[in-house]
Amino acid sequence: MTKADLVELVYERIGFSKKEAALAVETVLESIRTSLIEGEMVKIVGFGNFVVRHKEARKGRNPKTGEEVMITPREVVTFKPSQVLKNAVQDGAAGPDVEA
Amino acid sequence: MTRIDLVTITQEAIEGLNRRQCEVIVNSIFDAIRDALAAGEKVELRGFGSFKVRQRRSRDGRNPKTGEPVHVPPKTVPYFKPGKELRERVNGKTA
Repeated sequence: MTKADLVELVYERIGFSKKEAALAVETVLESIRTSLIEGEMVKIVGFGNFVVRHKEARKGRNPKTGEEVMITPREVVTFKPSQVLKNAVQDGAAGPDVEA
Repeated sequence: MTRIDLVTITQEAIEGLNRRQCEVIVNSIFDAIRDALAAGEKVELRGFGSFKVRQRRSRDGRNPKTGEPVHVPPKTVPYFKPGKELRERVNGKTA
């Protein structure tokens, strides 16, 4: 599944233009990115939480050459799936749609 | 930030949509990702990241409370890998 499939789905469900469906999907993804860039976590009940974590500098190794290298400190995005999502994946069944 | 904030932002960004329609948009996105993963499918959202399922082997664990040994069966779990643009932007690089 790609972004195009999400756009198609939104288009089918809302029935306005494809262009606006694409804009809507992009708006949602960009909002999540912006929030994470600002260091704020994104909590989607029934789906999961996106959190930015700080990683300290550490020693690593170039797996090709075996050479020891320093890995710089960095921010990484982690995703913690909710129990609902974990169950859906484990049971291999599509869950109920979230009612607003 | 929560689901409600995403609905509000979407409504502000696109003219002519009511709140209910924006709720449907936001919910559709997360429901579709969940359903794809439940079907064992991979979800690739360029510039954002990809969602996949991973297999975890069964292992012998312990109940942390009682210390009793337990057998943990194999599991299928969701996994998210942030995309290049997201990785760079959380580190202050403009994409």
